[in-house]
Amino acid sequence: MAPFLFDFWYYLALQIRAKLPVELAPPLQRTFMDLQAILAAATAAIEAAKTPADLDEVRVSYLGKKGQMTELLKGLGKLSAEERPKAGQEINIAKGQLQTLLNARREALVTAELNQKLEAERIDVTLPGTSVEPGALHPVTRTIQRIEHYFGQLGFAVKQGPEVEDDFHNFDALNIPANHPARADHDTFYFTPSTMLRTQTSGVQIRTMEHEKPPLRIISPGRVYRNDYDQTHTPMFHQVEGLMVDTHVNFAELKGILHDFLHHYFEEDLEIRFRPSYFPFTEPSAEVDVRRKGGDWLEVLGCGMVHPNVLKAVNIDPEEYTGFAFGMGVERLTMLRYGVNDLRAFFENDLRFLRQFS
Amino acid sequence: MKFSEKWLREWVDPALTTEQLAEQLSMAGLEVDGVEPVASAFTGVVVGEVKSSTQHPNADKLQVTKVDVGGPELLDIVCGASNCREGLKVAVATVGAVLPGDFKIKKTKLRGEPSHGMLCSASELELSEESDGILELPADAPVGKDIREWLQLDDVSFDVDLTPNRADCLGLRGIAREVGVLNNLDVVTPEIPPVEASIEDTLPIRLEAPEACARYLGRVVRGVNMQAESPLWLTEKLRRSGIRSIDPVVDITNYVLLELGQPMHAFDLAKLDTEIVVRMANQDEQITLLDGQKVKLDSDMLVIADKQKAIAFAGVFGGQETGVTAATQDVFLESAFFAPEAITGRARRLGLHTDASHRYERGVDPELQAEAMERATALIIEICGGEAGPVVEAKDNAHLPTANAVTLRAERLARVLGVNIAPEQVTEIFQRLGFAVEALTGQWQVTVPAYRFDISIEEDLIEEVARVYGYNEIPEAAPLARLKMFRTAESKTPLALFQQRLLAAGYQEAITYSFVDPKHQAMLYPNAERLELPHPISVDMSSMRLGLLPGLLSAAGYNQKRQQACVRLFESGLRFVPDQQAENGIRQEAVIGGVLLGAQLAEHWREGNKPVDFYQVKGHVESILAQTGELHEYRFVAANNPALHPGQGAEIYRGDSLVGFCGALHPQFEKTFGLKGRAFVFELLLSAIDTRSVPMAGTISRYPSIRRDIAVIVDRDVAAGELLHAIRNVGANHIVDLHLFDVYQGDSLSEDKQSLAIALTLQATERTLEDADVNESVAQIVSLLQTEFNAILRDS
Repeated sequence: MAPFLFDFWYYLALQIRAKLPVELAPPLQRTFMDLQAILAAATAAIEAAKTPADLDEVRVSYLGKKGQMTELLKGLGKLSAEERPKAGQEINIAKGQLQTLLNARREALVTAELNQKLEAERIDVTLPGTSVEPGALHPVTRTIQRIEHYFGQLGFAVKQGPEVEDDFHNFDALNIPANHPARADHDTFYFTPSTMLRTQTSGVQIRTMEHEKPPLRIISPGRVYRNDYDQTHTPMFHQVEGLMVDTHVNFAELKGILHDFLHHYFEEDLEIRFRPSYFPFTEPSAEVDVRRKGGDWLEVLGCGMVHPNVLKAVNIDPEEYTGFAFGMGVERLTMLRYGVNDLRAFFENDLRFLRQFS
Repeated sequence: MKFSEKWLREWVDPALTTEQLAEQLSMAGLEVDGVEPVASAFTGVVVGEVKSSTQHPNADKLQVTKVDVGGPELLDIVCGASNCREGLKVAVATVGAVLPGDFKIKKTKLRGEPSHGMLCSASELELSEESDGILELPADAPVGKDIREWLQLDDVSFDVDLTPNRADCLGLRGIAREVGVLNNLDVVTPEIPPVEASIEDTLPIRLEAPEACARYLGRVVRGVNMQAESPLWLTEKLRRSGIRSIDPVVDITNYVLLELGQPMHAFDLAKLDTEIVVRMANQDEQITLLDGQKVKLDSDMLVIADKQKAIAFAGVFGGQETGVTAATQDVFLESAFFAPEAITGRARRLGLHTDASHRYERGVDPELQAEAMERATALIIEICGGEAGPVVEAKDNAHLPTANAVTLRAERLARVLGVNIAPEQVTEIFQRLGFAVEALTGQWQVTVPAYRFDISIEEDLIEEVARVYGYNEIPEAAPLARLKMFRTAESKTPLALFQQRLLAAGYQEAITYSFVDPKHQAMLYPNAERLELPHPISVDMSSMRLGLLPGLLSAAGYNQKRQQACVRLFESGLRFVPDQQAENGIRQEAVIGGVLLGAQLAEHWREGNKPVDFYQVKGHVESILAQTGELHEYRFVAANNPALHPGQGAEIYRGDSLVGFCGALHPQFEKTFGLKGRAFVFELLLSAIDTRSVPMAGTISRYPSIRRDIAVIVDRDVAAGELLHAIRNVGANHIVDLHLFDVYQGDSLSEDKQSLAIALTLQATERTLEDADVNESVAQIVSLLQTEFNAILRDS
């Protein structure tokens, strides 16, 4: 038994003894001496009990119908009338004390027994658990979701569109008429002279503006296609394009929202510059470069004020409304964010690559 | 557009370093793509003069020379070049020189003769890719002068990636103009005085397609010496612009193209008949181009012709028959304005792209032709000699572009840019740009010079102002918008929810190409019509996918080859099904699908290494369908899908419409995709599963439920799903749940029988059910099973 338990018993016995009266009449004194002896023997027996069953025996032999305490009570009749209450009271106190000792001991024994049982159930908690290791979204999807989240919070709706597109939505309505040099720059996968795989998701903006009128705030993420395949080009990649059209949308706001977006996306206040550029569907147009401390400028998106011809193509009056539009390459943003060096890794679907994005 | 920095600085020389200049150009919209040194690093090479050159006593092909490099003594140098001769000015690598490739020049002896240096060829100095003999320097080259200094080799080539609107910068003059604007500096333009005609010869010019060619200048130059060498200053400028030297006349026309941006062409006058006609080609008219290629022209292509036939593909390529050769004596020079609309797209249609077509497609200054003609004539006479006839100009004023007058409103400028720029600053920007500007109240009236034909509307002017003002000077602002909620129906299930289900089941998301191998498609989707790319990257990326299987199975094979035991991939995206009813003849349907291969779990110390099976993939599909809240509306029907194992495939229906499939891949395709072990696949049409029921709460019963199990013996070919479906639909009272908990086939049953054990849970909301209620419902179900499925209750 643990030492503290022993100390407890010893302390309890001392207390009981200390309460016994010192000067008593002879018959009474004998009764008390018996009581004292019984109490001492019972305490010892309780201490010695090893199981709840042992303890039961002890209880019966002292407190049972024929137990020693009970016998002592029965002997009260031999005492005088004035001695009797006093003795009775003392015996009952002793009985109570004995019961307390028994209860405490029982509780200790039950606890010990349970502990022993639980000890036997000990297992190696460091062995692996049973579960399915969860998969991860493709890093491109992860980036698109982050972009959607950012613009979604600003009230931009996400719009999808077809990937096999016609030349009206992919080119004409975007102010890229037939034979425009920009068409040649697109390395378009044509099916027929008038149908193709979309080279940009801007067609979704046209499709949206055909059906909805300003104010408009949309982004259109998705796959786009260019007939080009080398170290830095894959024939399919992803873009997110955005569009905001309202009565007083301006270039300063375009700068503001894109700077804020890039700040959020990279979670780092990178240096950002807006560089004049040319897109047939915006004017003024800009490309946006970012730079980390000590690094080189990296182009991350293109943007501009929606060209009046684009608004006219969908019957929106450019005198009443202005708009800005922007487009970003998702793979490029993903590479910069997660340190991916090879563009082609995105479409090999190597599990060892994909698992890194858990 | 590639050009040398030093050449640019001859015109305009801002106080900027090379890096600052590159940055300034980029920030003005002329993106500098590269800045490369024009010569490799070398040292110790000086101008020398060969004072004597004699045959080497011990070697036939070597000469022993004495070379003056300006030092106190002549150098003895052995040289093997056949063009080495007395009096020639040469590039001498002196002892101690280090040539490109870290080649050190030491004193040496060649076949017994001392050699204290080396006479260099252009290729040894990496000034050209190949060379024939040693570099011949002009006679006026100063002996002893460091060659780098004398040739200005400490120079860089700027490579500017011009946007299609800035055709005016496709000549050095345009770039110089821009640098002048940005730095507020004057540009020193070379004097181009007209060359007086000294002969009378002309060739008449007729414009038959004035809308395509409204100005054509021609000039005869006789007595041109084609054996003349292009001078070093010329070939160096060409080289630094990325153009190889060909012959002096071509070099000069190329030089004018680079300098002024005007493409020119020289014909061999002797090969032309009596006139020049600028006309549209006849359909299928043939011409052999300068590079020997024979092409058939379309009737919307412009040609230069003589009386008989087309002699050049106008604005694109000269013809071989009339081209200048070493034997040419007289040339006919062309300097023309072709309208961009008449040129764009034509060259590309024939697979051609030339410096000329690049410029004409984007536009050439319509007022540049005369100046370019004078520049080229003067250079030809200077370098090749000859006598020039008068310039003949054919033009059609009605079709010549006129100067654009555009109005810019101050209010519009501020509204589009979001910044107020002082009016006097706007006026000044236009003036610097060389635009004629009239500042009126609240607006500017601007007339742009001919070379800025890209400017035709108000927005073009706004962009010019913003560009010169500086995009980075425009402040940033948070957009102002009216709040407007877009409605999203609660019943629409976002794709992300399905994705999360699959991720939790251990799938990685894949993104595969939308175009796949047509062979794979033909196998997996036999007899299905497909949309094919006529000009794919490669044949195995040429067929628009009819489903996700080709891409996912290829990705699975790729991973198995890389020792991945457990492959779980899913993808969502469009499939492309030809359909005449659909827009553009193609149904583009969003689907989600997956492939599952290998072990059920990663190998586990207690769970072991069980392979995946049909019921696992079905479970994954069910967990997706459960997102609709109406899982039981979907039925799995044994399928005869050619992609699937004939006994382990299911098609999934909702009502009568096919929603998708799942099952084991047909084993005959395992080898095709390099798969080891059985693959399980599924694909679901998103539009059929993305609507969920909006919950409607019922009363939760306070009374106990009662479970009653029944086991029925039915034929083995009875589909358990159909049986459960029938029970669900019979409408027995109080049934709140039912599930199959055992399937037994074995010794105690005959071979064609099976026992299905079904647990029924019954409960009422208003009272505790009595045995009689339960018995009635169970009896109804049993009787259904007996009549519909020929079932026998097992324990009775």
